Amino acid sequence: MIEMLQFDFMQRALVAAVLVGITAPAVGVYLVQRRQALMGDGIGHVALTGVGLGFLFQTSPVWMAVLVCVLGAVVMELVRSRGNQRGDIALAMLFYGGMACGKLLVSVSAQAGSGNLESYLWGSILTVGPEDLATIAVLAAVVVAVTFGLRRQLFAICQDEEFARVTGIPVRLLNLLLAVMAAVTVTVAMRVVGLLLVSALMVVPVAAAQQVTRSFRATQAAAVGLGITVAVLGVAGSYQADVPSGPAIVLLAIAAFALLGAVAGPLSRRRHRAAPDSGPEVCDVVLPAQSAGRDGTAPGREGASAGRDGRRESEPSAGRGLAQ
Amino acid sequence: MSPVLPERTTAPDSSPAPEATTAPDSSPAPEATTAPEAATAPDATTTADAAADAAPGGQPPAVRLREAVASVGGRPVLRGVDLTVRPGEVVALLGANGSGKSTTVKAVIGGVPLDRGHLELFGTPYRSFRDWRRIGYVPQRTTAAGGVPATVREVVSTGRLPQHRLLPFRRRDRAAVDRALAAVGMLDRAEDGVAGLSGGQHQRVLIARALVGEPDLLIMDEPMAGVDVASQQVLADILGREAERGCAVLLVLHELGPLEPLIDRAVVLRDGCVAHDGPPPQGVGQHALPGHDHVHPHADDHTHTRGLLA
Repeated sequence: MIEMLQFDFMQRALVAAVLVGITAPAVGVYLVQRRQALMGDGIGHVALTGVGLGFLFQTSPVWMAVLVCVLGAVVMELVRSRGNQRGDIALAMLFYGGMACGKLLVSVSAQAGSGNLESYLWGSILTVGPEDLATIAVLAAVVVAVTFGLRRQLFAICQDEEFARVTGIPVRLLNLLLAVMAAVTVTVAMRVVGLLLVSALMVVPVAAAQQVTRSFRATQAAAVGLGITVAVLGVAGSYQADVPSGPAIVLLAIAAFALLGAVAGPLSRRRHRAAPDSGPEVCDVVLPAQSAGRDGTAPGREGASAGRDGRRESEPSAGRGLAQ
Repeated sequence: MSPVLPERTTAPDSSPAPEATTAPDSSPAPEATTAPEAATAPDATTTADAAADAAPGGQPPAVRLREAVASVGGRPVLRGVDLTVRPGEVVALLGANGSGKSTTVKAVIGGVPLDRGHLELFGTPYRSFRDWRRIGYVPQRTTAAGGVPATVREVVSTGRLPQHRLLPFRRRDRAAVDRALAAVGMLDRAEDGVAGLSGGQHQRVLIARALVGEPDLLIMDEPMAGVDVASQQVLADILGREAERGCAVLLVLHELGPLEPLIDRAVVLRDGCVAHDGPPPQGVGQHALPGHDHVHPHADDHTHTRGLLA
């Protein structure tokens, strides 16, 4: 197990895995909070056009993808903030257009075979070079600085955007910043888990963590912890078992989700017992009227049967009324 | 000051009480009340108007909305609304569903842009207003919680953003959150998740979030909707206390209900126009019966056919 650390490529792979394990859930928690869990998936589709452009112009596909993703994410944010009723159609155009355009560009460029595209679709962490790692590290540092440094502001706009606007914080700017961070994270994670699975690492650790947490802060911290764990274990496992790293990481994350789900049941039951009884409005109104008619035994049953009797009695009389 | 307009309705029990305003500092009775319909008639002299709006202490009104015209989704919703809220005054904004109450409030906080008209907050034109910490806003309660759990304390802490801005959340911010939670009786639930709260408790959390910045203007959109009796009492106590310390309060209400004794002035909207501006209207159908504190848990499927609020 430990001997894999002797290889340079494994060291780079593990560092990249840790960076992705931190950044993807750190951004993803805001997207899940705002019920935009699949935004990462959409950005992943759009990123493919960036990769294609990188192949075509023989520049770095990662930086091209960053550029195109940021543009795509900004467009998505503008569509969302307009609240356009046909917004989902616009997003569909963007997603599938991005994917189709990417594949087209890749096939037009003579330089790359389809095998190379595969490595972006599914991730190939073992081919991460030193320059790639430097790029990933810089982008990850920016994402971490923003998502943790502006946690209260980003939480406010995702929790209640209208209220956040009244507090005077620059809501529009923060929304765009969050969209850009999501785009950057997709490109950071692209080499590790692949564009098709990138969204999973943004969403699944958050979904797993929130089964056992109560606060946003704890959810974010636990999701990042889970993200790092599954990313490192997934890379190590993929080295040992000779399987691709992306699917290994995602399946581990889903296993963590199931495991925490099993733990969460008893935990929430205990919390329910601790919480004071609340919301008796309906019962307060209904019960006295029912028990008034009959003696107190089993008021719910009695009340229901009394109601049925009442209807049965009233219907024939109504019929007689019509007949007369 | 918008004129106290003659009533359009033929409801037998509605008494608009024209010109006999008991509001503490309302402007002199208007001369031009000849407009039969609502407040689309423009105010003649805005400068004299502004002087009339000023409170006796010389403070500018917290809210001064003039001839506001706004539309939502291309549909005109406000057709020239005048609204003034002075420091220490509790103003209720009444009207049927779709009369423009919520849109008026959203216009005041800048959520709905004005097509025409003029808005001043604390004497500053909206465009150059930056002192958002002076405003506490309680939005209409939504049942949809966020996708990620959050504690009561975390939600209330977002109300402190205008104070600490980009700086870290410090001890005095934390103390302010504790005070606001204590004021609404939710301090013992501070570390609980908001998803498990009842409607009334959730409303109290939103009120605490607005109070945590110690605002000079408190705006609440339908604070009584779906709120249990205990929370209604908490709300009434808070409103009384805030008004006493000089906070201006603007409430959107479906009906006056148990808050009636606190309300200095009522502004009634109908079809995006001001239909009444003065003391709270007396006798609006069965809702005015003594002891009637009917609360609408889901206000939108309910239409009144009688009375001033119809």
